[in-house]
Amino acid sequence: MVLVAATGMVATFQPRLVIDPIVPLGILFLYLLAFAFGWMAGQPPATLEGYEPATAGSRNVLAGALAGLLGGLCLGLLLIAITVFDLRGVFINMSPELAEILGFGLPVAAAVFVIAVASAFMGALGAGVHLLSRRVRRALIGALTAVIVFSVLTDLFGQLFAGLSLEPVIDFLYTGRGGALTIIGSVVIFGAFIVLFWWMEGRDSTLRQRVQAMPKGQRSRWQIGAALIILVILYFVPRIMGPFVSQILVTAGIYLLMALGLNIVVGYAGLLDLGYVAFFAVGAYTTAILTSPQSPAFNPEISVLASLPFVMVAAAIAGILVATPVIRMRGDYLAIVTLGFGEIARILLNSEWLAPVFGGAQGITNIPDLQIGPLTFSTPQDYFYPIFLFVLLAAYVTFALQKSRWGRAWMAMREDESVAEAMGVNIVTAKLSAFVVGAILASFGGSLFAAQIGSVFPHTFDIVVSITVLVIIIVGGMGSVPGVTLGALVLIVLPNLLREFSEYQFLFYGVLLIVMMLKRPEGFIPSKRRAQELHTEELSQDAWLEIYGEKGQAEQVPEGAV
Amino acid sequence: MTTNGAPPPVLSLKGVNTHYGAAHILKDVDIDIHAGEMVCLLGGNASGKTTTLKTMLGYLRPSSGTVYMDGENVNGWSTAQRVGHGLTMVPENRRLFKRMTVKENLEIGAYLRQSDDLDADYERVFEMFPRVKERLTQKAGTLSGGEQQMVAMGRALMAQPKVLLMDEPSMGLAPVLVAQNFEIIEQINKAGVTVFVVEQNANMALSIADRGYVLQTGKIVLDDTSQALLANPQMRAAYLGDV
Ligand SMILES: Nc1ncnc2c1ncn2[C@@H]1O[C@H](COP(=O)(O)OP(=O)(O)O)[C@@H](O)[C@H]1O
Ligand SMILES: [Mg+2]
Repeated sequence: MVLVAATGMVATFQPRLVIDPIVPLGILFLYLLAFAFGWMAGQPPATLEGYEPATAGSRNVLAGALAGLLGGLCLGLLLIAITVFDLRGVFINMSPELAEILGFGLPVAAAVFVIAVASAFMGALGAGVHLLSRRVRRALIGALTAVIVFSVLTDLFGQLFAGLSLEPVIDFLYTGRGGALTIIGSVVIFGAFIVLFWWMEGRDSTLRQRVQAMPKGQRSRWQIGAALIILVILYFVPRIMGPFVSQILVTAGIYLLMALGLNIVVGYAGLLDLGYVAFFAVGAYTTAILTSPQSPAFNPEISVLASLPFVMVAAAIAGILVATPVIRMRGDYLAIVTLGFGEIARILLNSEWLAPVFGGAQGITNIPDLQIGPLTFSTPQDYFYPIFLFVLLAAYVTFALQKSRWGRAWMAMREDESVAEAMGVNIVTAKLSAFVVGAILASFGGSLFAAQIGSVFPHTFDIVVSITVLVIIIVGGMGSVPGVTLGALVLIVLPNLLREFSEYQFLFYGVLLIVMMLKRPEGFIPSKRRAQELHTEELSQDAWLEIYGEKGQAEQVPEGAV
Repeated sequence: MTTNGAPPPVLSLKGVNTHYGAAHILKDVDIDIHAGEMVCLLGGNASGKTTTLKTMLGYLRPSSGTVYMDGENVNGWSTAQRVGHGLTMVPENRRLFKRMTVKENLEIGAYLRQSDDLDADYERVFEMFPRVKERLTQKAGTLSGGEQQMVAMGRALMAQPKVLLMDEPSMGLAPVLVAQNFEIIEQINKAGVTVFVVEQNANMALSIADRGYVLQTGKIVLDDTSQALLANPQMRAAYLGDV
């Protein structure tokens, strides 16, 4: 909590009211942390087979209260520190303003007391949740989450209701479009979701069972029906959501396209590529050079669509160029070298030396819109569709490859390179093909990105892009298409929707990564395989004997001999 | 390499020297393996047995000397090419793809096979190792050592090899399993597969092999039929536990 306060999050979030006029976001966030501490501390121990399941009791609540209290006391100390000393020289964010917020405007002693009590109370509440029956607990937590989601994503819901011409709903729930929830609004949402979750308990799984129990023909008809309905909804999404949200979705789509590509390289083939942004840049710049009249060296001014085959070829060449020198590298070495490649790409694009081709820091502008037949795509809403199409294509390719000979070879290589080779897998082709397929998917993303934005600049192709894509697949679930999709939505859409959050985007990524690694290392929606891999204990007897074929060294044989 | 009349050995090393960097491991090694034979390579720890197999498979290139398959110089061939030509290995410690299922391990074994129809091959493996069939959907890493050995052999058989190289199949297995294992190796050999088995367990290997080579610090020091080797006093003292 101290950390959160110290980083300035509280102060940034404070002006944003969650429920008008009583609950500001900053304070809510802080005390939710106390709640979470309590929840963790009060968690009943894991039930062991053969033992009486531990019953949650007052002890758990006490533990929760203590955890909350501890957090609160730390916060109180911080408050005292801020008021007594001027810490701003060291920590910019520790301003009197923060003290004001933390202390509720009370004198210091009273404020510390209030904070401690409030935190302990929240902690106890968090722990107390475990005492409730599963159904009640789910309904309560679900409804609370719903209120928070509704309040925090006020822009999104405002746009949604406006898009559906339901302005009265906005006026009822919020203090105006993009405003905070009203008290009545939050109560209504809370109530509605309690009822919903109460009713849902047990029903979602019965529905799934019923679908599963259907005869095959009927089931596939159901599935096709569901897919059609989703498609129809998706068709209307950009219209309803307007340009702001559509732009975010388009960005997420482009990241998703890249993530699906990187998923093949890292998830399937096990090649940790940290310079993936280079392929994104290849796509963007190929389209820019071929389509823009402003392209410095060479401007054939073909259409964006016509540039795609060239983009593909360029990406394939780039993939081979990057893969060839790293064929014999593994693990950490591979990661570091590819990291270097990513930076080299950006520096080359930025260089004076190549400015006559790439435009240097000025980049290339005036890239025309995507045109397919009579259709011209110009607004973010328009771009939603082609990007969606490409994502669908990439998802299909990913699925198809997984079941293919290539997919099998990649996975065997990931597991044990030298044995895969002894089974006849050609390691060189397997690595090259993984890099090329990944490069092509990323380059399509780059191409669409260039067409949508209308210009390309070197600084866009920063290492941060590579890292973000990697985080998406790690958090989402490596090797799993639905997981990667959810990852892109959570990691790209959420921070963009939460205006106050964007400053803390990477902090958010970091925390998310740590939590995921601890709690669900296989990602949100893991592929079946990964879940097994990470959660089944390795019983192998000779895991310690991993030394066998270090072919890398053996390649250097002819020294002093021949 | 062409000898008049008789077919050339399916696999042979001629005057092979192999280095790891500056370390000279194999020294002028000559080995001939003829079609249908079961040959064993015996030697103590770090004598260069695995290095010999790696050189045969093309993981390592000899610094001098030649590897021949069916009389053809294959020094320039990649591992994948040699596997495509009928060479397959069951590696030391089995080395299954632990996080893949047993079925997937078998599939990878057949990676270079052109035909899609693997049913007969699966049947053959299941007949030899009924246990494998029960474990098809299980992760290979969760199998017991004996089961892993079965899957490793099944995986190699899926490639329909002409020559099967085995690196210390008895390592890390209980004595009962070792005996069973060697029975199966014998069975595979009887079915027409040429077998080259590398072992420290000389008694076991010689009891089923036709011929044997003895490797000492990278040099072939003995080369004879199994009976002769079993009777050889030098051999008995060094490898067969006679004191
Ligand atoms: N990758 C390697 N790099 C350097 N030396 C190696 C390597 N692998 C094996 N050696 C050395 O080569 C010698 C023979 O090893 P190896 O063929 O594995 O023996 P064996 O299989 O008979 O136990 C040993 O001295 C070993 O230390
Ligand atoms: Mg060995």
